[in-house]
This record gives sequence, C-alpha cells and structure tokens, in this order.
Amino acid sequence: MTQNNLFQSPTPEQLTERMDHIPSNTMMACPYCQTKFFKTQLDEFRQCPECHYGFRLLAHDRIKLLCDSFEETEKDLAPSATDFPDEKYQNKIKQAKANTGLNESVLTGIAKIADQDLALGVMDPYFIMGSLGSQTGEKITRLFELATKKKLPVVLFTASGGARMQERIFSLMQMAKVSRAVSEHKKAGLFYLTVLTDPTTGGVTASFAMQGNITMAEPHALIGFAGQRVIEQTIHQKAPKDFQRAETLMKNGFVDLITPRDKQKEVIAKLLRWHQAK
Amino acid sequence: MTKKTAYDKVQAARHPSKITADNLISALFEDFIELHGDRHNKDDEAIKAGIGTLNHQPVTIIATQKGTDTKENIDRHFGSPEPQGYRKALRLMKEAERFNRPIITFVNTPGAYPGVDAEYNGQGDAIAQCLIEGAQLSVPYLSVIYGEGGSGGALALACGDQVWMFENSTYSVLSPEGYAAILWKDAKLVEQASEDLKLTPEQLIKEEIIDKIVPEVNDITSAKKLQKLLTAEIDKLQALSTEDLLNQRKQRFRKF
Ligand SMILES: [Zn+2]
Repeated sequence: MTQNNLFQSPTPEQLTERMDHIPSNTMMACPYCQTKFFKTQLDEFRQCPECHYGFRLLAHDRIKLLCDSFEETEKDLAPSATDFPDEKYQNKIKQAKANTGLNESVLTGIAKIADQDLALGVMDPYFIMGSLGSQTGEKITRLFELATKKKLPVVLFTASGGARMQERIFSLMQMAKVSRAVSEHKKAGLFYLTVLTDPTTGGVTASFAMQGNITMAEPHALIGFAGQRVIEQTIHQKAPKDFQRAETLMKNGFVDLITPRDKQKEVIAKLLRWHQAK
Repeated sequence: MTKKTAYDKVQAARHPSKITADNLISALFEDFIELHGDRHNKDDEAIKAGIGTLNHQPVTIIATQKGTDTKENIDRHFGSPEPQGYRKALRLMKEAERFNRPIITFVNTPGAYPGVDAEYNGQGDAIAQCLIEGAQLSVPYLSVIYGEGGSGGALALACGDQVWMFENSTYSVLSPEGYAAILWKDAKLVEQASEDLKLTPEQLIKEEIIDKIVPEVNDITSAKKLQKLLTAEIDKLQALSTEDLLNQRKQRFRKF
C-alpha cells in the first residue's frame, strides 16, 4: 500500500472481500429492532432476519440484486472542482468515489427487470449520505428526459440525507430542476415508481421522492422532511418513537406499499406490466 | 456608508421593522379579498392568500407572513408554513390557472415548519407537489423574496417565471446557523457561514439564481415603483403564448 492511499476508504470490491473474511460467527445488531444475529443469518438482500429492515446498500450491489441487465448512463458526471473548490469538500468527494465506485450520489441507466424495459436510478447512501449535489440532480433530470424520449417508465430508489450544503443554493435548485423533468414525464403519460429506502430525508423527500404515481418503501425506512434534532429543538420535547418510519407514513397516507427487498423484483415487474405505455 | 456584509443582510432581512405581508399587499394592490383553507383540514395562518387587483387586473396573491406580536408569531410559526399552508397556496394557484389569472408570491420564511404534526401531515409531499405543479402552471408566475428565503420552504413558492429579491433579503439552501452547526459544529460562526453561503441578492443575481433586485417597500414612492415593475413584467409574460411561457420557465430552471 502506497503512502497515498493509506488513508483512503476501501473500494466496494475491497469491502466485499473484507466482509468475506469476517468470521461467520461475528454478531451483528439490527439498528431498528436491535435483534442480535450472526452475520451468516443476513440474507443476500442484507435484511434483518427478524424485522426485514434493509441494511444500507451500495447502488452497484442493489442493481445486481434487482436487474437482469443494466446499462449505465451519464457515468462521468461528477461534482465540479472549479465551481466548488473547497479542499475539504473535494476530499470528501474523493473518498465518496472510492467508497462507492460512483462519480456522484446516484447511479442511473437503462435496465431490464423480468423482461420489462425501464429507466432506473439508484441513490447511494454511501456517497456523502446520498446528498443532492448539482450533478446528482443533473443525472436524475437526464434520466427522466431520456425516459420521456424513449417512452420508458422510471423507477427511482431514493436514499438521501437531503441537500448538499457545500453546493449551496445550487443544491436547492436541483429540487426544481428535477421536478420539472418529472412533470414532463408525467405529462407524457408515463409511469414513475419511487422506492424510498433508509434514509430518505430533506430536499429529496420534498421533491422527486414524493412525486411518483406509486410510492413504495422498504420496511422501517426512515422517511421525513425535517431532521429529528431540528424538530426537537423547535418543539422543545422528544419526538415520538418511529414518527418518521415507513409504517407511520403509510398509516398517514403518504406511502402506497411497503415491500421487503426479497419481494421487490416480483412486485416491481408486476407494476411495470400493469402500466405499460400505450 | 460602509458596505454591508452578508451577515448585515441576514439581520436586515430578519429585522422586526421589515414590512409585513399585510402592509405589502395593501401598498401594492388596489383591492384584495383574502381566501382561506386547504379544503382538507386547516387554514394555515403562516400563508396569507387571496385575489387582488394590480393595475385593475385580477391576480392571485400568495404571501408567507411572520407575526407582529407573540400571539401572531405562535399562530404563524414565525412565518414557517405547515403542509396545509402549501396546499392552500397550491389550491389557489390551480384556481388562478383555471381563470387565467397571473400569480404573484411574496416570500419571507425561515423555512417550512419543522414539527411532528407537520411530518404527519406530509411536509415533504406538500412542497413536492408545489414544485411539480408549479413547473406546469399555464399562467404567469412571479415571485418576490422580501425577507428570508429559507430552503425548500421558500423554493416551493418561488419556482415560476421570475424570482426577484428585495435589497435587504436573503435566499439560501439552509440558514447560516444551520450551515455553521453542521459544517463546523458551531452555530456561532454564523458570520462566516453567511459569507460562504453567498445568500445576498447581489451574489445571487450574478449566479442567475434570481432575475432582479428591487428596492425595499417602505413608503408610497417605493410601493409605486414596485407596482410599476410588477405590472410591466406581468404584461410581458401575458403577451407570451402558453407554450413560450412554459418553455422559458423550463430554460430558467434547466440551466442549474
Ligand atoms: Zn430488525
């Protein structure tokens, strides 16, 4: 190992390799139900064996679990070093790229799921918390534009800590830019399915996460607009347990269905078949 | 006079002497009828909305408003709308579209209200719908940020054809306090945060985030001046075909 990459995070491949070297009797704990279990009990979908909470996934890994084929689009779009030269931020980006194998916090492409063609976007929670950078917004906008042109449905997996503060007001503008592209796709009569994964918050919740024709969520995913800490500071009391969990949002009318990962391929394929463009 | 720092602007935007929505509306419009409610479960007082006339032509007016005393500020959450406020705004914007009325919004909010009930009522959904519907409204849609333009809560009401700012106003992805707390774990570094966020109208117009800086409204002369600017802009936008209007709006946001 050279001096240079001594402090870099491992690549996804290195991570998988390391995971494989973790003794199978290692204990893990579910962050939702706190159940402790052996690493070997975690299925290929990385779900808690007790409550089906989905542990965070690299975008590339999710594609492997879900798609029969996938052709990446706009792979090279990355945060600009000239527009946002701050050294700390640039280091964060470098780290995020190494951690995820991506150049931005979303992976986009044209996919096939059970013989259905679709435009697919998957946000990566390991890329600066899936935050909404200018190029994240650009990639999603181009995905919707491509889908509108090719008359394809869009399926978008969201995972985001919200706006990317380092990109200031330009991060905020992505909410309007993507919303516009979604509105064109909608106007063309095409189908948009969102799958909200843990965590989906802030500006992403307040834009394209909540604009689908059908809104699916993963079990116990944290979904909300404002952060819990901000809310507690405002109301001067503790927020109720689970007030921003997928199940609470479904009860309150903001999520259509909750689908664990091992069932998603089947349900998504069915929804795509039932929404084929005329 | 010494040059104002970004933090001076933040303080001026938040100053108690800032014109209220009530005064702004009565200074700019000859007539105004307030309309209430989201048609589901609430009338959010953080948003004052209705129909008025600008140069004798009916327009839909939507304004976020802070309070002038403690009671008003509690009722209005210091100008932070709840989901029902955004739904009231969107309902009236859709009504405006139905009757081919231009829409003018006035924004002065620290952001959408962060509360447990606001989450239960779908704060994210409410803003998301303003953004997707706002993109396709077929009537002129003009926004004026007249104090604080805080985050998604401001953007929800500022996604139309033109966005203007008062001289003493700000527009940012989050508050300087929030920025400092998250990036440096120290909310006291708010002056530096204000600089870094480039949230002043002068900086934002350079980056083409906004289209025009207009003087503060604080007397009849300044009100008349803004009234004239608004009338001229609405006339210009109304002269466009719906297709051109929507195309122009598309280009405005596509470039970001
Ligand atoms: Zn569990």
